[in-house]
Amino acid sequence: MMGAEEQQQQQTLKLDSDSLSSNSFSTYKSTFTSLSSDSHHPLSDPLFSPPSPQSLPPPSYSDIVISPLHTESHELNESNGDDTENAKNNAIQQPELRVSESPIEYLKISVSKPQKEVEASNSIVPGGNKYFTYLITSTTNILEHGGSEFVVRRRFKDVVTLSDRLSEVYRGYFIPSRPDKSVVESQVMQKQEFVEQRRVALEKYLRRLAGHPVIRKSDELRVFLQVQGKLPLPTSTDVASRMLDGAVNLPKQLFGDSSSVIAPQEAVQPAKGGRDLLRIFKELKQSVSNDWGGSKRQVEDDDKEFVEKKERLNVLEVQLGNASQQAEALVKAQQDMGETMGELGLAFLKLMKFENQEASYNTQRARAADMKNVATATVKASRLYRELNAQTVKHLDMLHEYMGLMLAVHAAFSDRSSALLTVQTLLTELSSLHARAEKLETASSKIFGGDKSRKGEELKEAIKVTEDAKSCAIRQYERIKENNRSEMERLDKERKADFINMLKGFVVNQVTYSEKIGNEWAKIAEETSGYAKESG
Amino acid sequence: MLNMQQRSIGGGSSQSPRSPQSFQLYLSVSVTEPAKMGTGVQAYISYKVITKTNLPEYQGAEKIVIRRYSDFVWLRDRLFEKFKGIFIPPLPEKSTVEKFRFSAEFIEMRRQALDIFVNRIASHHELQQSEDLRTFLQADEQTMERARSQETGIFKKPSDFMQIFKDVQSKVSDVVLGKEKPVEESNPEYEKLKHYIFELENHLAEAQKHAYRLVKRHRELGQSLSDFGKAVKLLGDCEGEALGKAFSELGAKSEILAIKLQKEAHHLLMNFEEPLKDYVRAVQSIKGTMAERANAFRQQCELTETVKLKEIDLNKLRLMRSEKLLDAEHDYEELKAECEETTRKFENIVRLMGEEIVRFQEQKTIDMGLAFHEFAKGQAHLANSIADAWRSLLPKLEACSSS
Repeated sequence: MMGAEEQQQQQTLKLDSDSLSSNSFSTYKSTFTSLSSDSHHPLSDPLFSPPSPQSLPPPSYSDIVISPLHTESHELNESNGDDTENAKNNAIQQPELRVSESPIEYLKISVSKPQKEVEASNSIVPGGNKYFTYLITSTTNILEHGGSEFVVRRRFKDVVTLSDRLSEVYRGYFIPSRPDKSVVESQVMQKQEFVEQRRVALEKYLRRLAGHPVIRKSDELRVFLQVQGKLPLPTSTDVASRMLDGAVNLPKQLFGDSSSVIAPQEAVQPAKGGRDLLRIFKELKQSVSNDWGGSKRQVEDDDKEFVEKKERLNVLEVQLGNASQQAEALVKAQQDMGETMGELGLAFLKLMKFENQEASYNTQRARAADMKNVATATVKASRLYRELNAQTVKHLDMLHEYMGLMLAVHAAFSDRSSALLTVQTLLTELSSLHARAEKLETASSKIFGGDKSRKGEELKEAIKVTEDAKSCAIRQYERIKENNRSEMERLDKERKADFINMLKGFVVNQVTYSEKIGNEWAKIAEETSGYAKESG
Repeated sequence: MLNMQQRSIGGGSSQSPRSPQSFQLYLSVSVTEPAKMGTGVQAYISYKVITKTNLPEYQGAEKIVIRRYSDFVWLRDRLFEKFKGIFIPPLPEKSTVEKFRFSAEFIEMRRQALDIFVNRIASHHELQQSEDLRTFLQADEQTMERARSQETGIFKKPSDFMQIFKDVQSKVSDVVLGKEKPVEESNPEYEKLKHYIFELENHLAEAQKHAYRLVKRHRELGQSLSDFGKAVKLLGDCEGEALGKAFSELGAKSEILAIKLQKEAHHLLMNFEEPLKDYVRAVQSIKGTMAERANAFRQQCELTETVKLKEIDLNKLRLMRSEKLLDAEHDYEELKAECEETTRKFENIVRLMGEEIVRFQEQKTIDMGLAFHEFAKGQAHLANSIADAWRSLLPKLEACSSS
């Protein structure tokens, strides 16, 4: 059923998703041109070596944590010997032993074949708006998806919709952030470049989603990956129109005509983005009184553990940012080194050619011969530096990945605080409703008869509804707290594993290439050693 | 680098540097101990020049004098004047950037270049006999200063000389490019040599430029590795436990390697880039000698022309039996002698240059061979250090991941 090309993609899918689902080495299409030749390099990152043809089902993300260590440990045991090159080759060819948990989940996604399409001409612009769609191919064994292979065409707007809906539904989770809309770039860049850049970004994003143990089973993602034609999720413009409805309702709410009570089902949603503007104002008022009151109401404080962890994550974020920056500078310096080496080698080659052409004396030819060897070695070294760098980028990219994840962490924490705010607002509301009910009681007890029943009834109703809403909000808040907690745990565990891998990959890479470069130069030093003795 | 301190005197240009000096006369010089003298704008660097010799023309076995850069320039100017046809060893450039003038690196580069300069003179079979060299190596500071200031009549400052030198250079280029219409040697072999020298300078200059950049790259890589190490260490403090330790170790290694990179940058500068620079200067010096040759040729041609014309005049006078004949004959004889002198000078230059070019080519093969060797050695050493340092981390990282 799948063509040869798609099978090829499948292969790459496997590799890339392996790497992605562990949040480690993403297929980082950097500016380094040598990247394309890296896959042929026998000693490049071992994780990129294809597994044996009749592979075991690709591991889940938690497996990746263990298996690369296995592969690497094979290498490392042998690398301490003399014949590092051969040892590593052997390690790669061995079938990889993987500790498997059952069942092993996977969801592999690839984004390809961007295509220009024209919007239906109900727009003002004659000829219709042009936009790009991308082919999204996915393979999975996740039961909830109800199938194993899916192909669908989506545009960027659909991705925005998916992202927005996910953040509404999965509050408290660390949801990877979607690629930017980058309006400016789309105008400035060349069309092909921009589309390619976007394709890469989309693929990365979807793979990160697939790497999240909860999100990958979500209906939203499933529907995105499977349903042909229009994406059956409410778009953000729909959401915006809710706001307009809300604005329409507001005067009624204020004058008491329409219900100003927060319904339970709404209590589980954040106030922002909803249609209830009054609620937004109430919560704003609540947050102000919180701040003025000084103390955060009850619940926040008792989770000292959370506060501590949050602090630690903040500090970590700062250091990650710093390390990420320095990693970029390091990569640039390595790149420059390789480039200048190359230029030096070429200059010597030119000089060598010149001397050979113009030679009147044998000594000139001898010099030209020396120069040729040196120049060749210099050019080789230059190439090796560039390869080293391409690999370094792949490894250190992990720092950038986790930097990006911090955004998701902040979003999850703000889900928590807005849920808490909702709870607090409802509590305040409740207490003011009770206060009004009491007043009514005392007032009505003084007046015999009087038309108080309607107001009383209304209040009783409002109190009941608000109680329900409060319960819902509290439940939601607790859920979000638990999500935060489990996500932080997952983050710590995965981060530790990923970073250890990153360090190992980085170090092994440096060792491999430094050895090769050293060997090249040792040869030349040997060949020219005669000159050293002469002048001594 | 070039250990020419024990070069022996005597023998021709083809003498191997290995000849034992036990039975030979020797002249060995070293330029050492740069010291900053004076303050402010007037400040300069002085060098100790130590001469060890058993030559009879020199006073005593060992002599130490203090010299500054302009003294070296004086010596070079004098040699250039007196030894036309010989490739005078080049001097390091005057520093134009103020703040760089007293940097340790610049001073060391200059000292090395000056040391090589004097030793090349001392081991050149013609130049070593120069009286100016003896003055330079022995005279007390006041005499030296007087000699230096006497030159201000002709060459005011070293920079002036450089300017004239450049004029000569551009004049030679003009000549080669055929801009002027002066008299030119019609010597195809020499033409080839001129072309070779001019093109060689371009190629060498480019190689030297990239060599210098490579030095900078080493420094930059060292710096960024050091910064990376620090950042990684801080990250390690955040993480704590096994991972934190791993980060710390990585950071520590990075900082160690950063130092090695800086060291190699310096080694590369002194033992690879400087020799290349020296090569470029040498080629420029040859261009100066070529200019002198062109001058000498032009003079010779002009005088030859003048003599011919004078002869015609003389014959006219003879026919007319003028009383001016005697004076004219006298003038003619003088002129003829001058012309012969000029011709002899020119031919001497041609002869010397012929020998010099052979010597130059051979020397340069040796010099470059050594420079390449140092380059390769340094790079191999650096790469191995890097590999060793990183390799030592692997067992620790392995332990981290299994815990």
